[in-house]
Amino acid sequence: MSDSRLLLSGDEAIALAARHAGVALGAGYPGTPSTEILEAFSEQGGRAQWSPNEKVALEVALGAAFGGARAMATMKHVGLNVAADPLFTAAYTGVTGALIVISADDPGLASSQNEQDNRHFAVAAAVPMLEPSDSQEAYDFLFAAVDLSERWQIPVLYRLTTRVCHSKTLVTPRANIPPPPAANFQRDVRSRVMIPAYARPAHHRLRKKLAEIAAWSETSPLNRVAGGNGPLGIITSGISFMHAREAAPDARVLKLGLTHPLPFGQIEQFVRSVERCVVIEEGDPYLAQTIRAHGLAVESKPEMYRFGELNVNRVRRILAGDTSPEAVPKPGRPPQLCEGCAHRAVFETLRKLDCIVAGDIGCYTLAVLPPFNAMDSCVCMGASLGVGLGLRHTLPPDQARRVVSVIGDSTFVHSGITGLVEMVYNPPPTGHVLIILDNGTTAMTGHQEHPGTGRTLEHQATGKVVFEDLARAVGVKRVHVIEPRPGSPELENLLTESLATNALTLIVARRPCILVAKQIREYEKCAAACGAGEA
Amino acid sequence: MSNSQVTNIVIGGLGGQGVLKASDILADAAVRAGYDVKKSELHGMSQRGGSVSSDVRFGAQVLSPMVPAGEADFLVILSSDQVEPNRHVLRDRGTLIVPEQIDAEKLANRKSLNVALLGLLSRHLPIPVEHWQTALRANLAEKLHEANLQAFELGRGR
Repeated sequence: MSDSRLLLSGDEAIALAARHAGVALGAGYPGTPSTEILEAFSEQGGRAQWSPNEKVALEVALGAAFGGARAMATMKHVGLNVAADPLFTAAYTGVTGALIVISADDPGLASSQNEQDNRHFAVAAAVPMLEPSDSQEAYDFLFAAVDLSERWQIPVLYRLTTRVCHSKTLVTPRANIPPPPAANFQRDVRSRVMIPAYARPAHHRLRKKLAEIAAWSETSPLNRVAGGNGPLGIITSGISFMHAREAAPDARVLKLGLTHPLPFGQIEQFVRSVERCVVIEEGDPYLAQTIRAHGLAVESKPEMYRFGELNVNRVRRILAGDTSPEAVPKPGRPPQLCEGCAHRAVFETLRKLDCIVAGDIGCYTLAVLPPFNAMDSCVCMGASLGVGLGLRHTLPPDQARRVVSVIGDSTFVHSGITGLVEMVYNPPPTGHVLIILDNGTTAMTGHQEHPGTGRTLEHQATGKVVFEDLARAVGVKRVHVIEPRPGSPELENLLTESLATNALTLIVARRPCILVAKQIREYEKCAAACGAGEA
Repeated sequence: MSNSQVTNIVIGGLGGQGVLKASDILADAAVRAGYDVKKSELHGMSQRGGSVSSDVRFGAQVLSPMVPAGEADFLVILSSDQVEPNRHVLRDRGTLIVPEQIDAEKLANRKSLNVALLGLLSRHLPIPVEHWQTALRANLAEKLHEANLQAFELGRGR
């Protein structure tokens, strides 16, 4: 018996759809739960690239779409903060090909520094937004996103959450998919160059497009009524649809797949067709507030359910109006730095010297926890530089001298370079010390390559950013590269000496991540052999 | 209250013990047996020795990919210290499967404890053994097949 069903994660399903839909290029920055999209796309033969950060990724995808190709940019929710600048103006410029901006949100913070709800971006940037609720939809909706994007020449926000990205559900793929149109440059200066004179009419065009899409959405199969006959009605989207259907099997459910612009005609009709209408959504009350602003009386969840992800039991509670305290599950074992991790020696030294540590995002963030207790701040990618410098500028000298900024290699390329320039441009009176923890990989997200490793997503040799050369080039005089080793006094001596000067110091603490050290050696051997002209 | 035609399994352990591999094999076997199957897991902290758990649900139609707390029919635990943090998922008279139920001395390879526990679990599930065996082969490198098929049989005990 042949079974064409594939058990795929939402990320894998998107990658498969992108291949089938002829997406020519996928660019992104690793970020849970989005990372696997480009990895799967590459495995399946797609052209996938890691960019230094999400802004660059979106700009590269935008360029491809300007040229008439189908392109996608992938990122986690906070990544869209970084890519927001090009997103907002890309809505004005429009695109010729398709531009799919994939935002993988993390309600419940499985692995993030906040649980921001990126549906707001669709409203603020004025772009249409699709929300799949399982892997089959993650696959199918991608084709709809391509169609929408090409038909209205507008970027589309493809918004998922952890449980759709990482849950594996069955997918039946499509056959006989028409190939994409060929890439071709068509000059359209009034659309692509956003000087005010051209941007003003572009804004009007954008609002007109949204109104047309809103009218189209009233009869789009992306929105549908499911479930039973009520009298309870539920309006929902994304993974919450699945929880709601299980929690209330008899409820009549309006499942929204296109969640911006909203089909208000259909919503109004639905609200009138039930006796009680509850909006079930994770995160911010975006749907509930928007629907109420339109004049429709719907219930939204009590405030306590704004925090964390939803599940079947929480939806039952919301429907019952239960605001009693929820049981707190016993904590499992928290993650910690691997035994033998090179970062351990660095943070032990920082703690020993009583440093004030402006930290950053990566495996090393775990050094905030016992037994290291060696991090004082961690805000967003690259903040270690600016925050450390701000502390240095305003603290009294005896405290300022203890401030150290610590950042990982991938994070440094992502958003630390501008901080390094800031250090040279606005040096604090007591100087500063920056430590780059260079373990040769983007570790926390699953060991991806980055511009500092000198290997592409597929581990092929390419241009490489050498941190110590970069620092010297921007004017840092004291640059040291050391190998952090447990029991070695080298780092402690260097750090003590550097903290005592008023100079700017960069210390590159370089040792490959123990989990991939062997692989890295193999890639380097391969690259050397290729460089010598051998296969 | 729960959807009685769906079988709910939760597998829990620590990073590196093969929790996700076990749930992949279970889910694959259930797909081969023709069921609707959904599996959920959280990535990100497993390699750093943190707690890992994965839900597998199968039946005629599965809706939420996560097993509601108090509705797991089976809780399979790979590391004894992970029983208490996961106990709340088990339903009244649900079945707890723990490492102590396997005679680890008899395992050809100690790392296949996860598969041995799947073997134990398989006694309770309406999935024909050939689907389990195909799933094992499909999800493990060839050099691991012999040891793991042995581990599965040890757990299944037939």
